[in-house]
Amino acid sequence: MHTNLTVNGQAVALDHDTRTTLLDALRESLDLKGTKKGCDHGQCGACTVLVNGVRINACLSLVAMHQDDDVVTIEGLASGDVLHPMQQAFLTQDALQCGYCTPGQICSAVAMLREAAEGQPSQATEDLTARISLTDAEIRERMSGNICRCSAYPQILAAIRSVAGDAA
Amino acid sequence: MKPFTYERPKDVAAAVKAIRTSPGAKFLAGGTNLLDLMKVEIEAPSHLVDIGRLPLANIETTRDGGLRIGAMTTNTQVASDPRVRSLYPVLAQAIVSGGSAQLRNKATTGGNLMQRTRCAYFYDTAKPCNKRQPGSGCAALGGLNRNSAILGASEACIATSPSDMGVALAALDARIETLTAEGVTRSLAVADLHRLPGDTPELETELKTGELITCVVIPAAPTGGQVYRKVRDRASYAGGLVSVAAVGNRVAWGGVALKPWRAEKTEAALAAGVPIPEAVAAELAAAEARGKNGFKIALVGRLTAAALDETFAGRRA
Repeated sequence: MHTNLTVNGQAVALDHDTRTTLLDALRESLDLKGTKKGCDHGQCGACTVLVNGVRINACLSLVAMHQDDDVVTIEGLASGDVLHPMQQAFLTQDALQCGYCTPGQICSAVAMLREAAEGQPSQATEDLTARISLTDAEIRERMSGNICRCSAYPQILAAIRSVAGDAA
Repeated sequence: MKPFTYERPKDVAAAVKAIRTSPGAKFLAGGTNLLDLMKVEIEAPSHLVDIGRLPLANIETTRDGGLRIGAMTTNTQVASDPRVRSLYPVLAQAIVSGGSAQLRNKATTGGNLMQRTRCAYFYDTAKPCNKRQPGSGCAALGGLNRNSAILGASEACIATSPSDMGVALAALDARIETLTAEGVTRSLAVADLHRLPGDTPELETELKTGELITCVVIPAAPTGGQVYRKVRDRASYAGGLVSVAAVGNRVAWGGVALKPWRAEKTEAALAAGVPIPEAVAAELAAAEARGKNGFKIALVGRLTAAALDETFAGRRA
């Protein structure tokens, strides 16, 4: 079957099997290998991409479901040679060891900051009607869908904190 | 995955018709549970009817002051809605205690109610499971049953429902509206949607083949506090061991049965002025330990008593 979508600002037309996931389309058809396949079951977050600005697990979505969608992967975050602030923060804070989860962590963190700014609550939100204060507990909770088997969590938190600024 | 054909119907009528005319077809909403199960071939639909873009993604205030939540709203959308956060905090809390942000961004209200159990033996195709393969047996009875049901289970199946959202909806007296394959609309309580396993654990809900959940309707928020409490093995992104939704003196439990469990005996006892511990014990008199899950009886009792202490104090959250 056939699906048209936008990936990292480029219009893309794909002929694909109905079974093809968004993750496999990105990696195998479009050669965008930055998005990683970890568990392939929505448990690890390595495949996190932004669809219309919203973070999802690309492994649990069929590319057929994304007609006319706007997809951004880790390859689409930088502006030319200038890294996205979240990418730079992960480098500066040394927020990785093996790096396999890093593209998903960064895409997830970028979307997470917007979710919090929009007032979306999390399990760590004590007052559901107040403005979100992005405490360390909030960042940890909101990033729990991204696993890091090297356990670079303290540095990942520091990287996100450095972009987010201090909790209000 | 097994091969399948795919279509994205333009409206609800076309979606229901597409299922009716294609044996082996299934609705596809967010896909976070269905596609996962298709990858391991526990689900193998011959045709997918993608309902994710149907115009069922609004949240409207009803005339009696409640909310009508379209079935294709995402979990994130519902938990973030200002009306849900202020009037139904138990629902927002329940939703954000389930899954990860990535899953909640994709998963829908209707799909959440239709998700299938996470029992290890339902997923393990090398083992017997009466739900997956009727008549094959229940490996959980003599296996990993620490997180199995303590209420409403049977010798055929001791699985539990994984939904957090459904527990809050049950406590809120929410109802679903559906459209049947014949084009008839009907309404039933969220608490009555799922069947207990009995001898037929493969029959999971009261919905007929091709029947589509179109929305969830929550009545006006009752007086009294609301709280959702969940206990699990890790702090985040894990299924629950037990959970409780308390809304005033209404109580629903998660993780104890194959459906969101309204503790009606507890509610009746509370209404009669029975102290909280005895009221909780009234419902738990029917609870039954199987294998290693007996701790859940005491756990849900204590959790409920703690939750009721909060709601009886009149707090909303």
